[in-house]
This record gives sequence, C-alpha cells and structure tokens, in this order.
Amino acid sequence: MQIIYTDVLVVGGGLAGQRVAIGARRRGLDTIVLSLVPAKRSHSSAAQGGMQASLGNCLGGAGDNEDIHFADTVRGSDWGADQAVVRMFAHTAPKAIRELTAWGVPFNRVASGERTISVDGESKVISEPDESHGLITARNFGGTAKWRACYVSDGTGHAMLYTMSNRAIAEKIPVHERMEAVALICDGPRCCGAIVRNLMSGELLAYVAKATCIATGGYGRIYRVSTNAVINEGIGAAIALQTGVATLGNMEAVQFHPTGIFPAGILVTEGCRGDGGLLLDGAGHRFMPDYEPEQRELASRDVVSRRMEEHIAAGHGAQSRFGEHLWLDIRLLGEAHIASKLREVKEICQYFLGVDPAQELIPVRPAQHYSMGGIRTDHNGHSQTLTGLFAAGEAACWDMHGFNRLGGNSVAETVVAGMIVGESIADFCASDAGALTVSTTLVQESLRREEGRLQAIANSTGDESVYELTGLMQDTMTRNVGIFREGEKLQEAVADLRSLQQRAAAIRLRSTARGASPELVATYRLRHMLRLAQCTAYGALQRTESRGAHFRADFPRRDDSQWLKRTLARWPDPDADTPELSYEALDIARMEIPPGWRGYGERDYIAHADSARRQQQIDALLADVPETDRAARQQALMPFRHLLPAHLRADNQRVGDGQ
Amino acid sequence: MKPTPMQTIPLKQSRTLRIEILRHNPADPDSHPHLQVFEIEEAETMTLFIALTEIRQTQDASLQFDFVCRAGICGSCGMLINGRPGLACRTLTRELPDTIRLAPLPGFELIGDLSVNTGKWMRGMSERLETWVHRENIEAIDIDAVEQRMAPELAEQLYELERCIECGCCIAACGTAQMHEDFVGAAGLNQIARFRLDPRDTRSDADYYELVGDESGVFGCMTLLGCEDYCPKNLPLAVQLAFLRRKMARQGL
Ligand SMILES: Cc1cc2nc3c(=O)[nH]c(=O)nc-3n(C[C@H](O)[C@H](O)[C@H](O)COP(=O)(O)OP(=O)(O)OC[C@H]3O[C@@H](n4cnc5c(N)ncnc54)[C@H](O)[C@@H]3O)c2cc1C
Ligand code: FES
Repeated sequence: MQIIYTDVLVVGGGLAGQRVAIGARRRGLDTIVLSLVPAKRSHSSAAQGGMQASLGNCLGGAGDNEDIHFADTVRGSDWGADQAVVRMFAHTAPKAIRELTAWGVPFNRVASGERTISVDGESKVISEPDESHGLITARNFGGTAKWRACYVSDGTGHAMLYTMSNRAIAEKIPVHERMEAVALICDGPRCCGAIVRNLMSGELLAYVAKATCIATGGYGRIYRVSTNAVINEGIGAAIALQTGVATLGNMEAVQFHPTGIFPAGILVTEGCRGDGGLLLDGAGHRFMPDYEPEQRELASRDVVSRRMEEHIAAGHGAQSRFGEHLWLDIRLLGEAHIASKLREVKEICQYFLGVDPAQELIPVRPAQHYSMGGIRTDHNGHSQTLTGLFAAGEAACWDMHGFNRLGGNSVAETVVAGMIVGESIADFCASDAGALTVSTTLVQESLRREEGRLQAIANSTGDESVYELTGLMQDTMTRNVGIFREGEKLQEAVADLRSLQQRAAAIRLRSTARGASPELVATYRLRHMLRLAQCTAYGALQRTESRGAHFRADFPRRDDSQWLKRTLARWPDPDADTPELSYEALDIARMEIPPGWRGYGERDYIAHADSARRQQQIDALLADVPETDRAARQQALMPFRHLLPAHLRADNQRVGDGQ
Repeated sequence: MKPTPMQTIPLKQSRTLRIEILRHNPADPDSHPHLQVFEIEEAETMTLFIALTEIRQTQDASLQFDFVCRAGICGSCGMLINGRPGLACRTLTRELPDTIRLAPLPGFELIGDLSVNTGKWMRGMSERLETWVHRENIEAIDIDAVEQRMAPELAEQLYELERCIECGCCIAACGTAQMHEDFVGAAGLNQIARFRLDPRDTRSDADYYELVGDESGVFGCMTLLGCEDYCPKNLPLAVQLAFLRRKMARQGL
C-alpha cells in the first residue's frame, strides 16, 4: 500500500486548484495537486469570453468600481448570494487580474481613439480615452451595468490557465496527472486526505494531508445537453457528499447558457452578444426586445434562456432535422472583428457546423452550462461541518453566485477564491486545529473499503449496462430538471433517479481489461453522479418558488417570505435513496442590498417583511455619510475587509482616481 | 433579411464506416499491438468523438482514448487519422473515406490504444524551457496599483503565439522529433518565441541560447515543416522557427 504524506492536497488542477496550491506553497507548505487530466487541459481552458474585474479602463467601463460589480452580482444571483462573499470577491477581482497580468496573461488592451462598435443592432463610433491607452480593456456581458469582462480574444480561459499552470511549474508544485480522488479519508468530523485511483494503471493509493481542498469544477454531465467538458462529472462534490458529514449547497441552482450551438451543445461565448450580436427567431425577427426592453439580449443568462425557450414554445423556433432552435447573428460585427476577437467561435462554427459566422447565422439553443451549487463552505472556503476540508471554484458554494452566475464572474471567482482559500488553508495548517494525527489503520481501512467497492463492481453478475443507465440519468435530468420545472416532472425525475440508483447496483462490466478500464471508471462515477442528480432534482422539487435559474412553472414568483434561504444537502445514510435537506436562512438585516427587482426579468415577487425595514435602516445609516465617500458608505452598511487576508485589503487604484 | 435554413452538407447516403484502430494495452503483459476493426453506421454531423464513444459504449468497453472539451480547445485528442496527426473531436466523419484508420500519436509514451501521455511530455518541456515570465520579485508585485501598459498590438501578437494547445500534433509530424527524443519541437520553440516577445520577461537572447541554442533546440529543426502543416491552431510556426534560428545563430557567434 502506498501512502503519500503532504501538508496540503489540492484535488483539481484548473484555475481554482492551481491558485490555491500556489498560495499554500508560498506559505511554505508541501502541496500536491491531483488532476484527472494534464492540468492545462482542465475545463478552465475552455472559458472563452472574459473575466470580470472592475478596472474601468475602457470607455464602456468608465466609472466602474467594486460597488457596481457587487450590485450586479447580487442582482444576478436573485438575492441568493452571500453578500459578504460577493463583496470580498468584487474587491479582490482587480487584484487577481493584475496578478495574472504580471505573471504573463496577454489581456487585450485599450487602443485610444475612434472605433466602430455595434450596439443594439446599429453601428456607432466611439472614442476610447487617451489616458487608458495600453491598459486592460473589457467587453460588455449580460446582467452588468458596465463593460467589465476583461478578455484575451475569446481564449481567455486558455490564456489564464496556461499562465497559472506555468506559474505553478515555476514554483515547483507537483501535479499528479491522471489521478482521481475516489473517496475522502475521514476520522469522524476531520478530513485527513483522499483515496486516489491512478487512471493509467488502475492502482489505488492514499494521500494523507492536513488540509484537503476540492477544486474539481462543475457537475454538468449529469445532463444530456451541456457545454461542459466530458470530465465535468462532479466527483469532487460527490465524494464530499459521500462522507455524510460535509454538505452541498443549492444543488438545484443550475445555469443554462443561451447559446450552445445546436445540436452539439458546444458553447459560443456570451461575448458574441456582448460585442453586439443579436438573437433571431425562425422568421428572422429579433425577439428579445419584445420580452426584455431594458437589457434585451444582455439580460442575465437565466432570463435570456427562459425567454428563448418560451419563444420556441410559442411556435417561433427555426425548424431543422434535429429539432427546433433559434439563431445567433454576429454577421453585423464584421469579418475583421470576428477574426480577431471571436476566433474560437469562428473555428467552432467552421468545424462543427460548416458555417462561416461572418456570413451566416449560427443555430443555437440553451444548454446546461454552470453549477452554482457545490460543497458548502464558509467565506474562507472551509467546510463548516468537516474540518480540514476546503473547496474553491465551481466545485464550491461559498456562495457568491446564489441562483444565477453572471458571465465572466466564474473565472474571476476561481482566481479570487484561490488567493483567499490558499491563505486560509495555510492559516489552518498553522493553527492547533490543523495538527493531524492519523493512524495507519484508519488509512488502510479507507483504502480497503474502496478496493472492496471496486472489486464488487468487477464481480457483479447483474445485467445492467453502465452506458445505458448514464444515458437515462442524463435524459431525465434534461427533460425534467431543466429550464422550466414543475412539481409533476420533478417527482418523475426523483422517481427515475431512485430506480436508476437501484439498477446501478446491478451493473455488470462487459470488459475485463486490466489497467485503466474506462468502463469501471464510468461505473463508479455513475453511482456518484446519481446522488448529485438526486440532490439537484430533490432540492428543486422542494423549492416551491422561482429564483434565478431555478424556475418553477407552478410557482413562478420569487418568494422571499418563504424561500430566502440556501438548500443544504447531506447524505448520511449510504443506503438512503434521497438526501437529507436542511435550510440556512439569509439574513436581510445584514444585507447591503435588500431583495428587490433585479432590473430585468419578472417584476413580480413576494417580498419579505424585513426588506422594507432594512431599507429604512440603510437610508438612516447613510443619511449622514457624504455621497462622495463610497468607502465610508459601504463600511456603514456591511463591513467586509476584515474577512480578507491582510494583504488583500487595500483599495484598488484606477486610472481615473482623483479626477 | 430571412435566414437561410440550417446549412449542413447532405450525406451522400447513409454509410457503414469501417474504423480500424491500432490497439495495445501496456498494462496487460499478454497484449501486443494489433489492428482491430469496428463497423458503425454513420450519423449526421458525426465526429470521431461521437464515433469512438459509440464504439466504446456498444462494442468494446475497454477501448482507451482521451477527450475532454470535445470542442477543439483543450488539446487532449490528438491522434493519427488515416496517417495524419489531427484533433479527433473536431474531425467530422463525413470528411473521411469509408475506411478510417486511427493510431496513437507517435513520439509519446503510450498509455493504451489511442491514449498517449502528451501531458507528461509537455510538462517536461515547460520545466526544461522555463516557459514562464521571468522577472525579479515576482512574489512581491503590487496588485493594488494600475497594471503596466502594453501596446494593444503586442498583446494580440502574444496571444497569437499563446494559442498553442499542446496537443502534440507538431511533434508527431516532425521528422527530427521522431528521431531525437530530446528535441523540443515546434511546441517548445514556439514557447521560446512567445516569451522572447514578451517585455515582461527579463531573459536575454543569451539566456534563450542556453536553452535552445543546440541540436536539441532550434538547430535540430530540418525545416520539413510538418509542424506547421498539421498544427490545428494554424500557429505561424515556420516563420517563428526561422526567426528564432536567425536570432540564436547571431547569439552563438
Ligand atoms: C464552454 C465554457 C465556457 C466558459 N466561459 C467562461 C467565461 O468566458 N468566463 C467565465 O467567467 N466563466 C466561463 N466558464 C465557466 C468557467 O470556465 C468555469 O466555471 C471555471 O473555469 C471552473 O474552474 P475550476 O478551477 O473550478 O474547475 P475546472 O477548470 O473545471 O477544473 C477542475 C479540475 O479538477 C480535476 N478533477 C475533477 N475531478 C477530479 C477528481 N475526482 N480527482 C482529481 N481531480 C479531479 C480536473 O482534472 C480539473 O483539473 C465557461 C465554462 C464553459 C463550460
Ligand atoms: S477533446 Fe479537447 S481538443 Fe479534442
């Protein structure tokens, strides 16, 4: 039996995991990163459109600051987010992008002087300010008041991840590639590392660590149509759930992106619409302004996706032999813009559709895209129930996205979370709580349990096929737990998933190949994914309101009086067929922005009695603080800087400061 | 303006594809490399990702291959497709003949069947060529201050070279790399070109010469330019290599 000892084990080599590792390593801790694939192939590399940070350099971003970024994010979340965490995030995002820039990311820059852009279907000449020439520029994205998505053409995630990975290599952080964490090692409520399977040889080994951080990304592959990479199966979140001690937050909050290409579901970035692209229906009519006069194509993703499906359901889709879809029109942006700022989009259209987007329309339809839910942690990324377990990035729910994430906020979150959680892990390891004494017997038992599980799968004589059951899970999720949800369909999904869980016990492997054994991998992962799917479906069934991306046709209004709370799922009994749900209230009395209308989408919601009270209190608190002193106004309402590591607390400087 | 109907090239007629795969599982002492033939019905807009997934799910569950993004972005799925290196996920079967032969990329450690360890090779290359921005006090940069300016055109040029996805197609297509194991290949030399262009990196040509000024570096290239022909991202490798060679030759004088 091989046991590897380290201070910090980071499970996941995407942007979040590697930034956590760099932070911990810089504090002098031995740190190992695990990844299913070479780190640079992690799904972060697929992020296209941009990273939100309120630099305010370009004309469209003029006057931007942390306050506006904060407000956009809270509204985007439909008031589901933890506002203190959103504050920490909005404050640290400019630092994150400046760090990445110093490390080498070639973010696109402002070119001073006139240029032609496309706004609302018309071309318009704007003039970029001289004083910003050569600073980082930004593009427009949905649900934001300013142009704030900083970008590297439409390969933003690729450039960020390569720089991050190269930095990690420079700092000599070992990345154990093609290694999969398949279970956590727990000593009661203390996480002590993970059992890991080598995906090349099939061998199992144990990693023992003072702190374990899960940064394994999203769980989009529980759905049939998804923009996510095929490795986004949520195993990190699932092994946390399996402990019975850690909790998952808001698993029913799943984002659908408006523009997956049809039918493959591959993403074309929101930057297409941010840069001026339009959505058209089967008749060539631009329909979004009919539904959303305020933000049109650039309302938040949950709203645009719903409007699109609504429009298709009303009979306005374009017909094709694969079914109905709508069109994305970026022809008006022109050849030159597409060839330089939307290169990946161009390639994707060319290779997968045989379409030149400068000349032709792109067939699109909403597809599963992002997992707002994940491992529930505090603002330091530390699980509140399983000591020594941390989480960061898309796998986590420290809760900055609530029920809908804004485009560009995710890659920003991964790096910001990495900067914060890396520090909190180091603090934890240095504290008394961080000391770890773990018996070899416990590690051996954990290892043997996993060996037993895998052996049982290999020996099973049932007659089910893993691939068939996986398909059935994905079908029921896409059909019943999609953009429009309702009680009956959700009941059906819960029942389907229950029966699939039973059937999964009878999967028999067709192949007896030694080594990697992809079929064995698919089988143990399916069991985990079925639990995540059940948390999603069951949570959605219980939540009898609509909030952000969670829309119930039978309960179409947001209900702050009953549902201003976060869903927590635990799975303490391994034989149970549904999770144990509990709820964590969001406290309006501590919010900087009490719940209200988002500025787009449905105007109609059931208010909480405390909202008006808090607003009065806010008005009173601000009465004596001058309008111009925004830091003091913020501080009066919801102090947050003390929550950040000391070196991240200072003000962000901007080019227009003092004017 | 009325949109045109969804454009797809019509299928000639429904075909049965004959897919021949070079198989070998090094984890199994009884395994030896051999071609195995699979037949599948072609579907509309079928890619090799879809075809291989279907084969694994319905015909042979032990088949090994690597896909991650399935969108031509992450560089996982390089393989030889009828003898030519390419990204399988974005290769449509309708562009291929009825018989398709697939083999793992040469020049990399074989994990099994079509799966090769490009990741290990690329990490080794990064370590050896130090593919990161070198500057003093990188741990103490002021991240509160406004970032340093950069000419907009330069940022775009850097991205042009940064687009490499480390898929390994250039290595598989390179005569030198196939003969000399320690040749850094176009993927490596392109990295040097990228950091050389970056004003944030304080290294000089003398430093780069130390890294690539020999036969395992820029002077190993025989200018056959298979790399540029098969680069899925159309990186300007030929121009970069020639330029770098001139600079390094001057440095070596
Ligand atoms: C197509 C697409 C485009 C996007 N574009 C944007 C954008 O423009 N802007 C934006 O802000 N966001 C965007 N997003 C979202 C954003 O890219 C992701 O949310 C973010 O990159 C996630 O980063 P991460 O580090 O949390 O996880 P990932 O990058 O997904 O990394 C997960 C890591 O965990 C590893 N792993 C997983 N399970 C295990 C296990 N069991 N054991 C060991 N290792 C494991 C994987 O190998 C991988 O290294 C996009 C998402 C998609 C799908
Ligand atoms: S799977 Fe990512 S490039 Fe092919």
